[in-house]
Amino acid sequence: MEFKFHVEGGDFTSAGTASSQIKKVLKQINIDPIIIKRVVVALYEAEVNIVAHAHHGDIKVKITPQQVYIRLDDEGPGIENVEKAMQKGFSTASSKVREMGFGAGMGLPNIKENADIFTVRSEVGKGTTLEITISTVNNG
Amino acid sequence: MTVEQISQQLNLTVFGGNKGLNTEITGGYTSDLLSDVMGFAAVGSVWITLQTHKNVMAIASLKDLAAIVLVKGFTPDPDTLAQANEEGIPILGSKEQSFELSAKIYNLLN
Ligand SMILES: Nc1ncnc2c1ncn2[C@@H]1O[C@H](COP(=O)(O)OP(=O)(O)O)[C@@H](O)[C@H]1O
Ligand SMILES: [Mg+2]
Repeated sequence: MEFKFHVEGGDFTSAGTASSQIKKVLKQINIDPIIIKRVVVALYEAEVNIVAHAHHGDIKVKITPQQVYIRLDDEGPGIENVEKAMQKGFSTASSKVREMGFGAGMGLPNIKENADIFTVRSEVGKGTTLEITISTVNNG
Repeated sequence: MTVEQISQQLNLTVFGGNKGLNTEITGGYTSDLLSDVMGFAAVGSVWITLQTHKNVMAIASLKDLAAIVLVKGFTPDPDTLAQANEEGIPILGSKEQSFELSAKIYNLLN
């Protein structure tokens, strides 16, 4: 199954639309609630980062029997220092965004925490691509 | 203890989301940082905050929280209230500040 979403920068009222849709789908196909939670947290944070930091972006979610694969491509300022951006507490969010309770610098760390595979590629002045993979099979 | 029981015991205002008043509360989380709640609040928690915008409902829904309690007399934005009603997640209010309200809810749950 594949799903696509478009996200506009600055559109906070729509933030969470993709996460909410994907949560419903995963519930319908009886994915383990613990896995659903991890997908929801990672996708929500990634979605909000496009809203808070980029101009616009596209989300693709591919669900296979083994995994949930999410790719987010945005056009925007990009991330100057990805390593730094991944640190808990690092944020360049505007004061308006912070007042809303976003911009705690916990988004990328939350994604990393919940993903099995997480890669960030970014080009300053162009945009950012995130790839998030979460396995849905018990491999323990 | 249900949302309704806590709401009655602490004299909370019920702004909306009444369909969820019978939901069992299993814990609480007090934070105004959305990523903190997103990352760490447990299912079935009551979320104590001063954030009133619509994104709090998105998070409550995504995290399967039992209810939201707004502190210090804050009231939900109209679109927040509309979503609370749509999703059946109660949004409540108190005149008290987070520390006091959290302590009271903690005592009721423990
Ligand atoms: N899609 C993006 N485009 C541009 N910058 C980003 C993007 N995602 C994250 N960043 C940068 O990385 C920082 C840390 O992101 P994150 O951990 O989600 O914290 P927050 O969003 O709360 O600031 C952001 O403040 C921003 O500088
Ligand atoms: Mg973020």
